[in-house]
Amino acid sequence: MKDKFVPALIAGVATLILAFPLLGLNLVSTGLGLGIEGADTQTVVYIVLASLAVFAFQLFKENVVNVAKSIPLPRKAYKPTAAISQAQRDKKEKIFTFIVVAIALIMPFFASRGNIDLATLVLIYVMLGLGLNIVVGLAGLLDLGYVAFYAVGAYSYALLHQYFGFSFWVCLPLAGLMAATFGFILGFPVLRLRGDYLAIVTLGFGEIIRILLNNWTHLTGGPNGIGSIPKPALFGLEFGRRAKEEGNIPFHEYFNIAYNSSYKVIFLYLLALLLVLFTIFVIRRLMRMPVGRAWEALREDEIACRSLGLNRTIIKLSAFTIGASFAGFAGAFFSARQGFISPESFTFIESAIILAIVVLGGMGSQLGVILAAIAMTVLPELAREFQEYRMLMFGLMMVLMMIWRPQGLLPMKRRHMELTNA
Amino acid sequence: MPESLLKVRDLSMRFGGLLAVDGVALDVNEREIISVIGPNGAGKTTVFNCISGFYTPTGGNISYKGQSIHGLADFKISRLGMVRTFQHVRLFNQMTVIENLLVAQHRHVNTNLLAGLFKTPSYRRKEQESMDRAVYWLKKVNLLEFANREAGNLAYGQQRRLEIARCMVTEPGLLMLDEPAAGLNPKETKELDELIVSLKEDYNVSVLLIEHDMGLVMGISDRIAVINQGRPLATGTPDEIRDNPDVIKAYLGEV
Repeated sequence: MKDKFVPALIAGVATLILAFPLLGLNLVSTGLGLGIEGADTQTVVYIVLASLAVFAFQLFKENVVNVAKSIPLPRKAYKPTAAISQAQRDKKEKIFTFIVVAIALIMPFFASRGNIDLATLVLIYVMLGLGLNIVVGLAGLLDLGYVAFYAVGAYSYALLHQYFGFSFWVCLPLAGLMAATFGFILGFPVLRLRGDYLAIVTLGFGEIIRILLNNWTHLTGGPNGIGSIPKPALFGLEFGRRAKEEGNIPFHEYFNIAYNSSYKVIFLYLLALLLVLFTIFVIRRLMRMPVGRAWEALREDEIACRSLGLNRTIIKLSAFTIGASFAGFAGAFFSARQGFISPESFTFIESAIILAIVVLGGMGSQLGVILAAIAMTVLPELAREFQEYRMLMFGLMMVLMMIWRPQGLLPMKRRHMELTNA
Repeated sequence: MPESLLKVRDLSMRFGGLLAVDGVALDVNEREIISVIGPNGAGKTTVFNCISGFYTPTGGNISYKGQSIHGLADFKISRLGMVRTFQHVRLFNQMTVIENLLVAQHRHVNTNLLAGLFKTPSYRRKEQESMDRAVYWLKKVNLLEFANREAGNLAYGQQRRLEIARCMVTEPGLLMLDEPAAGLNPKETKELDELIVSLKEDYNVSVLLIEHDMGLVMGISDRIAVINQGRPLATGTPDEIRDNPDVIKAYLGEV
């Protein structure tokens, strides 16, 4: 105890010395010059309390750490899972999926408008997370500029509509295709790069796209963005009060019901849900296909891949291209939902959030990514009251996650193969 | 005399001022086990890297089945049927044992994206074939019970065997093993010995072997090539090599 007392005291005093000038003194303008004034008593009390807290923590650090250690870590040793076969697991999974999808389908008819809107946002992030999961989680290529593909998708729809009058349904696949093309273009120069270098180049790419959109004023409208992007229609039925496009009929008139603005919100939600389900289905298949296995193999050992006749160029490019195309879909949907887009929506922080979703969820795990997307989108909304402390809480949450579950919320589980010929 | 499977002539590899390999020649015929031995740092692995395309040799030529493979990309060389292992085990550690074997058959399966997304009959058939081949080789190397284990969790000897199985599912004509017995106990080494002989006898595979375990090398090799300081020192049958004074000198120093 005694040997810890002195260092703890030093830490406490150091906190006091550091905190007092920074927080306890205020600069005030007196006439032309500046004067120094002590802060109010409350602040001073807080500073003293903080110093005492640091002192106490240093003194009892070991006890605290021991308590933290006694919290069981979720990571377990290998245990044979022969008890339940893959077929049983698949069945369980099917039932689980069915229930979740059913809840997701029924939810909008009971939830409030704001909640449906939030759920739609969550779904967009789920799509982005799942797309980036291909590149980062499966292929192991750290991409910090993923938002660029999102932007490409969003602007594809906005511009194609503005200049050619294409509808959402035509633009959705085109947006995916455009994003995939950009993924392919980016993929080429970065093929030789790995790890940190790759991260830096993709980061640069993300910024290039944003700055391009910001400055190519006569095409993209620059910082003013593009407005009045129409919402998607359902087989020619529009969800506004009046049909904007010729030949279209408003939804409520067609079914002869009173106009209700929440129809539009529900429709957008269901559309996002459909896109997410499509994404999940496709990526699940891809993961179990040769290309999915090759992505993972490339992440594990590139040299071994080469020695086995795998063409790493094609594998990396396919990961970049396919991952980007999902961001393109998400982008097209985003611009349709917002009705207005500007380069502001595609800053680096978005890339960081999507990456955080993948890492928090557990690299490569689809369910984990979905859960993380919900957590990352809903928590900041819930914490809206705390305003300026939001980012702080966000950071704290991530630090804690990385300490307690470094492998993510739900780490990827390897699928057990039935050995048909055994 | 038929054309040999692998023909290496006057191979040299220079790294800046260092001539790591100089004038090495090798011939591997069909169904033959050839060992490359030499003291540490003699350039054996560099020769391997040149043949398998990981390095582009600075001189000489290499041909496989009569086709020159000089300057060909590594994965293309592997697709021709020359597959190698590494001095340090290089498995896909986080993937299961069976997945390791499925990945290796990448070029045999249907990689068409649409075929996979819609699970066409031809895609299913190809997947089933590769699965059957994987199971067959797992049985052969006694790893079937670990099929759904992560490869990184296997014991070292099992990882070595898995690496050989992973090469064999690609159906190679020439298998190149870089110190396969390193770190194995005597029992495992004996099993490895039997496995390599069986690969030659039952599957018509030629084997090019780098190894320090002289018991293994002398027992299974048809011919041995000795390399010292990047230069070929001697070639011949195990008996000839055993009695060659130059080889003894290179290994043990001047007596």
